[in-house]
Amino acid sequence: MLGAIIVALFGSLFAGTQLSDATWTPKLALDLEGGTQLILTAVTENNEPITSETISQAINVIRQRVDSSGVAEAEITSQGGRNIVVSLPGTPDEETIALVSKSAQMTFRPVLAIGAPQATTTDTATDAPTDGATEGTEPTDGATEEAAPSDTPSKAAPDSPSDTEYYVTPKVEADFDALDCTNPENLVGGEIADPNKALVTCADDGTAKYLLGPVEIKGSDVASATSGLKQTQSGATTNEWVVDIKFNSEGTDLFRETTTRLQGLAATPPQNQFAMVLDGLVISAPSLDTGVIISNGEAQISGSFNRESAATLANQLNFGALPLTFDLQSQEQISATLGTEQLQKGLIAGAIGLLLVVIYSLFQYRALGLVTVASLLIAGIVTYGVISVLSWTQGYRLSLPGVAGLIVAIGITADSFIVYFERIRDELRDGRSLGPAVDRGWDRARRTILASDAVNFLAAVVLYFLAVGGVRGFAFTLGLTTLIDLLVVFFFTHPLMTLLARTRFFASGHRFSGLDPRRLGVTAARYVGRGKVVGSLAPTGNGHASEKADSRVAVGAGVGAAGVGAATMTIAERRAAERAAAQDSASHEAPDDEQDANGVHESPGDTTSPDVSGENGSDTTEGTEH
Amino acid sequence: MAVGFAQWGNDLYTGRRSYDIVGRRRVWYTISAVIVLLSAILLVKPGLNPGIEFRGGSQFVVSGVTTADQSLASDVVQEVAPEEVPRVTTVGGSALRIQTIALDEVRLAEAQQNLAEAFDVPVENVASSFVGPSWGKDVTQKAVNGLLVFLLLVTVVMTVYFRNWRMAAAALIALFHDLIITVGIYAAVGWEVTPATVIGFLTILGYSIYDTVVVFDKVRENTADVLDQTRYTYAEKANLAVNQTLVRSINTSVVALLPVSAILFIGAFLLGAGTLRDIALALFIGMAVGTFSSIFLATPAEVTLRQREPKIIAHTAKVLAARTAAAEGAPEGAPGAPAVIHVGQLRPGAHQGTAAQPKRRKSGKK
Repeated sequence: MLGAIIVALFGSLFAGTQLSDATWTPKLALDLEGGTQLILTAVTENNEPITSETISQAINVIRQRVDSSGVAEAEITSQGGRNIVVSLPGTPDEETIALVSKSAQMTFRPVLAIGAPQATTTDTATDAPTDGATEGTEPTDGATEEAAPSDTPSKAAPDSPSDTEYYVTPKVEADFDALDCTNPENLVGGEIADPNKALVTCADDGTAKYLLGPVEIKGSDVASATSGLKQTQSGATTNEWVVDIKFNSEGTDLFRETTTRLQGLAATPPQNQFAMVLDGLVISAPSLDTGVIISNGEAQISGSFNRESAATLANQLNFGALPLTFDLQSQEQISATLGTEQLQKGLIAGAIGLLLVVIYSLFQYRALGLVTVASLLIAGIVTYGVISVLSWTQGYRLSLPGVAGLIVAIGITADSFIVYFERIRDELRDGRSLGPAVDRGWDRARRTILASDAVNFLAAVVLYFLAVGGVRGFAFTLGLTTLIDLLVVFFFTHPLMTLLARTRFFASGHRFSGLDPRRLGVTAARYVGRGKVVGSLAPTGNGHASEKADSRVAVGAGVGAAGVGAATMTIAERRAAERAAAQDSASHEAPDDEQDANGVHESPGDTTSPDVSGENGSDTTEGTEH
Repeated sequence: MAVGFAQWGNDLYTGRRSYDIVGRRRVWYTISAVIVLLSAILLVKPGLNPGIEFRGGSQFVVSGVTTADQSLASDVVQEVAPEEVPRVTTVGGSALRIQTIALDEVRLAEAQQNLAEAFDVPVENVASSFVGPSWGKDVTQKAVNGLLVFLLLVTVVMTVYFRNWRMAAAALIALFHDLIITVGIYAAVGWEVTPATVIGFLTILGYSIYDTVVVFDKVRENTADVLDQTRYTYAEKANLAVNQTLVRSINTSVVALLPVSAILFIGAFLLGAGTLRDIALALFIGMAVGTFSSIFLATPAEVTLRQREPKIIAHTAKVLAARTAAAEGAPEGAPGAPAVIHVGQLRPGAHQGTAAQPKRRKSGKK
């Protein structure tokens, strides 16, 4: 099971290195690799609530800017609700930083002209970014796409936002001609254009260029935008995806004026279109259906949407409705050398910590400590594999707090082994032989481990979802290692213990096994009812008088396999064995009083001790215990 | 020593050696209260030392310096920004960190240039950072939110798991105890509070509960059928549990503390100020205090709470009455009625003293 996981992890990683861009080492976060991190907080003008969709739209906007500006491998993530973290490798120039933190705004502008992204292309009909739009009932699919690139738009009524004579100055016209929307540099967006002048810009996907009139409606006048299936007037749902926009009262008035005017321009397309400009780029430029004037402030955009594109547009519109500005919370440059040093020292610290844990467990648990070491190694391998795979597939990056989390996890992982081992020892102390002790100890330890790991995991999850800054990296590794800890304990440590319990070394309770029943204070023999006794009474005569705990005399080969015979002894046999044991040990220099105590089983009268557990001290160091 | 330690563990398990932790709970309460009070005082004076993330300001890190001359760095930056004395710290082997008030771009670039010249390093080696004043507030807000959500969830989980809200309550008391002391000691040490420190504090929450859960699990196991017997009181059974888990508590704590102290050591002596050091100190204090509280505070508090339950009160009275009766009823010098009740793990088959033997009836037929 665990082996399969490891093989799968490293197999996929190997395949990744061969076939894809995976690496054997996890990618490092900014604080280790060096670079610049910007933390922006999205702020609305009047403290309106910010939804997660808004944030993810904001991230899209920023990503569009950064990607188009040619910065490779920028990482943009949301953090804790309203923060956006932009990580740029290296040292970006001021412009890039300024670009990232610009606010994004949406405006509605009349279209004065549409052009193919490049002047050389003539036919734009197939890849025009937006389709026809309508209010109300009928879709006018493709109505606008015939808009041929007309460099000199026809005349319109003066003194209106669609007045080309007024707005299209020779310079604007020249700009429009020169604009090449296939060049990604022109798709950066982010510029805040003068709302009273014409705007020359591209569609956000670079498939067309636009010459737009002045701002007529601000994005904040949009009350809401939703996407859904179009409904006919009778209420039946059709199969067509549409986006509904609702304006607020101000927007309704403005939109009525605009549509009225645009209706008058129906004869000169594309001037009956209005463009929605988000962050300086046109996201949609629908035209009006003939004869429709929208006076109730509810517009419906239809066209060749599918579910996703409709939802995207609705999200974009909602985002634009909430004019966000980005506050620069912090800007941090981390030098690569410093990061390397921190990583190096962190790894050294981890190695030292691991070594100390290993020494301590070997000291405390003898050979059992090796089980800890092996389990930790397995846990380490799995963790490394998971992090590498996540780094490859999910773009996870290991940060310094993440490294700290991993180191701290060494101790917490080893904790569950200790809980398990102590449980087994408890069961041994109760006089069980190793096999049952492992089973029973596992039964109880499992619950404790599950409960405590659940608490740990809970803490990690809460930290992860509510945290800011480096907390996330820490919480992530902590949570991950908690899960891996469970995996290892269940599928490695416990099976290994079950196997080891069958080996002679452990089952016989070798003094270096860490599970020596004699050291765990198991008494020579114990009556467990129904005529049975556990613990060997076999007078093996191997009393090592020099041993500190001289109970070896009576305990013999321990409670393990050798105890099987003893457990089935009859009373007579037992008595005989006891007599033999008594003689045997009397011939050694074992203390007499201890010998007496060894024979208490069926002679309660001799317990003169007031101690309710009068038997306990019988075999151990302190003869004066009571 | 390992032999002695294992022996000690055995004695604790069997109850031959027992520390009356629950019985002397007033002592522990007093100690805890005093430490918490001290920590609270430490929080006010000298108080926490907020890092730049919480103060706001500009920061330069000059790496690859040959001389770690702090006053030189301070002078250079102060020339540009005379309003505040810059704080200079050594980071790692060959880097200096200089923190000052928030500078605008012009002065930032100037200071950067001057630093590069003064330390004779290329300008790229001088990294500058800027932290807005509200960033720290945001972190704090999030930390408080995280704390509340975590407390709520833990209370629910523990109440469900232990099927007893009193255990959850006791665990939370221990948790607050740990948190306050950790923050207090951190303040006393005087290191800057950075987001890394906050991470450490929040992790303490999980660890403290984790430690307590391990002990409480044993308490619950020991006291599961406490009402069905009259040998020991609830408090005695709980105390036995604490004693029995003592070795485990010590071992788990030592093992958890070892890697943390490794980071703390490396962080404090080799790396200087930074993420690793701050996290490690917070964790180190928190884990040590957490171990203390899981043994000496959580279980006693739990017993105090449980002993308000009518069932437990009745049971305790019954046990004590039976004990007195046994002591009076027994003939002089009889060993059956010990003056001090020895609480230990009951072993099947172990002898419980003559008092536990069936008695011939004294009245009735003679």
